[in-house]
Amino acid sequence: MTTDTLGNSNAGAAMGRSIPRVEARAKVTGRAEYVHNLRLPGMLYGRIHRSTVAHARITGVDVSAAQAMPGVYAVYTAADIRKLIPEPYFGPAFHDQPILAIDKVHYVGEPVALVLAADPHVADAAAQQIVVEYEELPAVFDEVEAMTSKAVVHEVLKPAGTFPDLKHLKDKRDTNVALDFHLRRGDVQQAFADADHVFEHTFRTQQVLHLPLEPFVTVADPAPNQLVIHTASQSPSFVRIEIARLLGWPETRVRVKVPYLGGGFGAKLYIKLEALTAAAALIAGRPVKIALTMEEQFYTLTKHATTLRIKSGVTRDGKITARECEVWWNGGAYADIGPRITQKSGFTAAGPYDIDHVTIDSYSLYTNLTPAGALRGFGIPQLVWAYESHTDMIAKALKMDPLAIRRINILREGRPQATGTLMRDAGIEPVLERLAERMTWEKKYDRGSGTMRRGRGIAIGFKASISPTTSMAIVNISADGSCIVYCSTVDMGQGSDTAMAQFAAEALGIPVERVSVVHPDTDVTPYDMATLGSRSTYHMGHAVKNAAEDARDKLLALAAEVGLSAETTPIPDIFRKKYGMQAGNIIGIGSFIPPYTPPEPGTGLTTDATPFWMIGATGAEVEVDTETGEFKVTRLVNLVDVGRPVNPAIVETQISGATIMQLGFTLSERMEFDAGQVTNASLADYKIPGIRDVPPVMENEAVDMVQKTGPFGAKGVGESGTFGVSPAIASAIDDAVGVRLTSLPLTAEAVYRGLRANAGKPLQD
Amino acid sequence: MAKTSMSATHKDISFTLNGRPVTALAGNHQNLVELLQEQGLFGARESCAQGLCGCCTVIVDGNAVSGCLTMATLVDGADVRTIEDTGADGKLDAVQQAFIETGAFQCGFCTPGFILMTRQLLDEHPNPDEDQIRHYLAGNLCRCAAYTEIIKAVKLAAKKRKG
Repeated sequence: MTTDTLGNSNAGAAMGRSIPRVEARAKVTGRAEYVHNLRLPGMLYGRIHRSTVAHARITGVDVSAAQAMPGVYAVYTAADIRKLIPEPYFGPAFHDQPILAIDKVHYVGEPVALVLAADPHVADAAAQQIVVEYEELPAVFDEVEAMTSKAVVHEVLKPAGTFPDLKHLKDKRDTNVALDFHLRRGDVQQAFADADHVFEHTFRTQQVLHLPLEPFVTVADPAPNQLVIHTASQSPSFVRIEIARLLGWPETRVRVKVPYLGGGFGAKLYIKLEALTAAAALIAGRPVKIALTMEEQFYTLTKHATTLRIKSGVTRDGKITARECEVWWNGGAYADIGPRITQKSGFTAAGPYDIDHVTIDSYSLYTNLTPAGALRGFGIPQLVWAYESHTDMIAKALKMDPLAIRRINILREGRPQATGTLMRDAGIEPVLERLAERMTWEKKYDRGSGTMRRGRGIAIGFKASISPTTSMAIVNISADGSCIVYCSTVDMGQGSDTAMAQFAAEALGIPVERVSVVHPDTDVTPYDMATLGSRSTYHMGHAVKNAAEDARDKLLALAAEVGLSAETTPIPDIFRKKYGMQAGNIIGIGSFIPPYTPPEPGTGLTTDATPFWMIGATGAEVEVDTETGEFKVTRLVNLVDVGRPVNPAIVETQISGATIMQLGFTLSERMEFDAGQVTNASLADYKIPGIRDVPPVMENEAVDMVQKTGPFGAKGVGESGTFGVSPAIASAIDDAVGVRLTSLPLTAEAVYRGLRANAGKPLQD
Repeated sequence: MAKTSMSATHKDISFTLNGRPVTALAGNHQNLVELLQEQGLFGARESCAQGLCGCCTVIVDGNAVSGCLTMATLVDGADVRTIEDTGADGKLDAVQQAFIETGAFQCGFCTPGFILMTRQLLDEHPNPDEDQIRHYLAGNLCRCAAYTEIIKAVKLAAKKRKG
């Protein structure tokens, strides 16, 4: 029994404290709950038969051999799905993705048929016995070609109707453009004509993917009155709404439960396996589990490959006066959330710089590759790669220092960003200055000698939060003074359960150890848009704070009603006085939706583009072997503005983890394709960072900032560490040996080719 | 999983699981991770299924093995220990405590493998330097990339073990 009183016992002790994660013990004992662990009585395992060609009409599907295998319960194709769901297309932006391929396939690896069996090995063997005949169609793989290609991925576009800026694409034919976003500020062409110098460069980023070590997994249980979906999803509320829409059911007939996730990084958003698993379970009348293999993740979702063209007008002393950006996002065969990335990140394509004249054209393209979606940064790392590399190339051409050119052009507090939105609580300048300090940038730097050369580089990026989005929360105070938070934020490793417990404890002024957090269960936890884009700390943090304050107010009222002082009476005594025993609850509710002004169509301008800005910068040092082009990243310094850190230790882990993930996307990760087929779909052939890839020196710091509009001064942190990594390393290589790489990943071979080209002895391809 | 008594496809095996004797009917096609799942243990997790990520690490007769590459029938007669093998008092060991105190995990999916490998590392090298740590744990992957914290955890665990 606690003797804590409201607000007094431990006030102010929850926020800003590096307490261990609330689920720490469960994780180190192997007992944390994942969908991976779940088995239900009578459960069948589903295995997917996937397309072997990139773009084709399906002329026949022969499932007879699979069906005849002993132990096979059923084999389903789109025809079976359509008896249950006549229009089985899903997606957050476009209703373009069928549960199983209908008439056509649009990429290699697209699900065509599903086998169910009690033994997963039987299902696996049977899925390989399915024979599909195809009549191949011309395919398009490159995002720039897709703009004008005769090969068209979808005959007609089907926007979901959720987003107003996609409405003009309804029923559009013969195009691969799934969104064209345009921003127009000032007069770029005149400014180019007036500029002392004009620079133009083109950059490319490659296809990479999330690869959470827990691959996609969903279990659907067709209970008598309700379909229960247990899924490794970052967006339980969306899953419920979308599955209910597909089935034509009320939301309440679908229940979505999410335990811990074994990593997400943006992969497990919207609908992935949920629609297929749910349909199969309903048709079979049995619980069904579909768990993908590591290989199948390569056929499910990638990060957008991009081509970025950027052109700047600059004065002779380095002031950028105009910038023109064109970005082509390779969205793959289904739009997923690509159109939102195209716009929400697209509007920052000119970088964190104060530029009077800006045009941005950002295109979301369909191609015949694995669909692309959000991956830790929502498109920002691709944009920062381009604009920061471009900035350093301008600096070099003008013989300016990389820090000096940034100091001249940086977007300062209160100045308008390209959309016209004023920068508020955006620590661009403090982050840049602190990075320069930690890198001792203005001191003489030893660039090595002989065949070992050293170099260093810096890069800074920024990101808007996704808006407008809604979060709701419930805080329940029990009669013993302990407290439960109900919210649909998914803890996929970022530590949100711990952060939400800290927010509730801080708002109530009770010890954080007395707060527990209920995992997403749409029958129990209220609506949340999704766990994405570093939005939970800010949005759900506000909702939980509001709910806790509501509960506190109700407890104060209850104390007054029974003639007690809430300040001096232990919480259990208030309940006991009211109910005569340890009984009852106080329920506080909270919701949050930040203000937002949509961009004007055509110009992309708005006075309120985002509720907060995320800032991230990296400084890199490298050593390059001039004989081989091999290089080592010897030091990474990562600076972020996260507002006031809720839990400094977890914040640091987020920065460092994001940085190392982006290090993989910078140095080693690349999906290889042959006619649309991924040819390195395994951890043996696709190299993610291991412990030996971590640079010997890694320094992470959150600058001293407060997000005044944030809950207790906090804002999101999950992505900011990714922003500057790639361009900082490319600049460091250039600084060391004078080789500028413009395509990711950065490889020893590319450096060597550059060294040979600089020496006037280029290698043949 | 359908069980039959056909000896061509299954084998009766006996082994010690976390200190207790166990018998099971193991399928010839089954790997050790599946066998453990049938015993209600989910801490060893199949992720890459190629022995590259270390998520399925299990200790068999004192050696760390990849559960996804070990056929279930091969543990007949063996001593098998998993991450769920905590002492009777339920107390966490020095490695587990060090992982918590340094925050050496995020999603936790790879954590059992790292903890089991760290115990074996410290058994062999009670005072590992950073190169030894990086070399020894190179076969375990963490996509959340809590590597810098894991290195700290190993060092702290080494200190804790000495008391």
